[in-house]
Amino acid sequence: MTEIITFFKGLTGTGYLFLILTALTLFSAIGVVTARNPIYSVLALIATFFCLSGHYILLNAQFLAAVNIIVYAGAIMVLFLFTIMFLNLRKDDEESKTNLTKMASVIVGGLLMVMLITIFRAKSAQVPTVSSTTPFNSKTGLVETLGNLLYSDYILPFELASVLFLIAMVGAVMLGKRETGDRHF
Amino acid sequence: MDLTVLLVKGGIILAIFGISLLIATYSTYAERKVAAFLQDRLGPNRAGPWGLLQPIADAGKLFFKEDFIPSQASKSLFILGPCLAMLTALMSSAVIPFGDSIRFVWDKVNYEVNVQGIEINIGVLYIFGVVSLGVYGVMVGGWASNNKFSLLGAIRAASQNISYEIALGLSLIAILMMSGSLSLRAIIDEQASFFEWNIFTQPLGFVIFLTCSFAECNRTPFDLPECETELVGGYHTEYSSMKLGLYLFSEYINMFVSSAFVSALYFGGFHYPFINEVNAALEKSMGAIAGHNVATVIGIAVFFSKIFFFIFFFMWVRWTLPRFRYDQLMNLGWKTFIPLAILNVVITGAGLLYNFKYATWLIAIVMIVLAVMSTARAPKREAIPQRTV
Repeated sequence: MTEIITFFKGLTGTGYLFLILTALTLFSAIGVVTARNPIYSVLALIATFFCLSGHYILLNAQFLAAVNIIVYAGAIMVLFLFTIMFLNLRKDDEESKTNLTKMASVIVGGLLMVMLITIFRAKSAQVPTVSSTTPFNSKTGLVETLGNLLYSDYILPFELASVLFLIAMVGAVMLGKRETGDRHF
Repeated sequence: MDLTVLLVKGGIILAIFGISLLIATYSTYAERKVAAFLQDRLGPNRAGPWGLLQPIADAGKLFFKEDFIPSQASKSLFILGPCLAMLTALMSSAVIPFGDSIRFVWDKVNYEVNVQGIEINIGVLYIFGVVSLGVYGVMVGGWASNNKFSLLGAIRAASQNISYEIALGLSLIAILMMSGSLSLRAIIDEQASFFEWNIFTQPLGFVIFLTCSFAECNRTPFDLPECETELVGGYHTEYSSMKLGLYLFSEYINMFVSSAFVSALYFGGFHYPFINEVNAALEKSMGAIAGHNVATVIGIAVFFSKIFFFIFFFMWVRWTLPRFRYDQLMNLGWKTFIPLAILNVVITGAGLLYNFKYATWLIAIVMIVLAVMSTARAPKREAIPQRTV
């Protein structure tokens, strides 16, 4: 008990913020899986993305935080909600809740957890502490630094990723294209 | 950041919050007065002198109406909808720089505080993020009403917002390329001299941005989500009392914020012609501190007059143009604005390469020439024979 109290006393303001954000993140992430209604599930997922953006800001990555909100919370989740609103929620979809799927999801989830724990226990993946040899650079997460890095050191992967997006976009247009004489409405 | 700066900052934040609410309140009055003016009527003139107390009377009426929740509606989401709409509308004014800075001496220490909620170096991205969240209020409320018309309105709002956000972002990229910063203050400071206002260097970007902000605010001619001829009342069909009031109110706050954003990005924010001469004269005659503060106040007044002009413009368009059809709206967004905005980015980049800031006028001139040519080449319509009486 005393250890816990000393732990909480030793925290800085950022530490408290981190704890609160983490609690919120976990709470809303659990809400995503436990919610009965898909709409509530999506809303909980949006809340999770918000909390993750808070974590990015705590890590001094403002750009990543803003882009996370714009792309994930602002665009992708709107489309999710859009699709789910069309579903008929009155009918219970029993097909996806058989014992087989439950077992499969438990096994896959367990494997993922084991893998994550192994990765974090491996020495090479441990997060460097502040007292390590590399000096702390407060500008690491800002737009200018990120842009310079993306367009100099990582130019090839960056451009390849953009080509990948282009291909995906063209593919989506191809799939969604109306064929001659075919009317949707 | 010590306590004095924090207190002044808190005062500024509260003032911005209060002013955006006040302006939104009186925008409802102004909307009805403008509508009356454009339709040759009198408008509200019973409550108070010139009807000035009308917004308060409206709010009182809305508060005392029956707060009805449909029995089959999802109750918590039904309440959450208007809250989200209001929250996202109020969040976006945090990063807009309303004025230069206030200087003061406290305990023999000089302070300089920016007239702005928070100065972050990703200001434009912040606003963009908040704008992209704005649609959740409409979607959640429309879905939770458990009404087909509300749902259709919500879905229209979502698809419209997503479509126009792309063109909005692309037209902004040209400005970001010119100023080299995502901070709104830096973008405003870039436009210090009159002929470097972005309206002169980015005319096409301005037109695209303004039109897209109409669509993002769900204002006429793009108010398809609440199209009463097709959808009864759109996403707020089932809403009554102050919940409906909050939805309507958040639209006016959005209008205020977009007007502020347009004037900051394209019309130089708090800058006006000969600002340097005025500032120098004021600081010379009244001292560095008082003169600077008076200059800041003049800047704030100039900024607000620009904002008021754009709010008026929003209303002017609303009572002038009819509503678009839904397929016209989508075609305009995807097939006209997005290609034009990309072209604008490319031409701006080429212009920056050769140090020529006004390169995008090229597109504007080509477009005008094409329009004139196409009207000249269009086959003349045969005169309809007049029926003789």
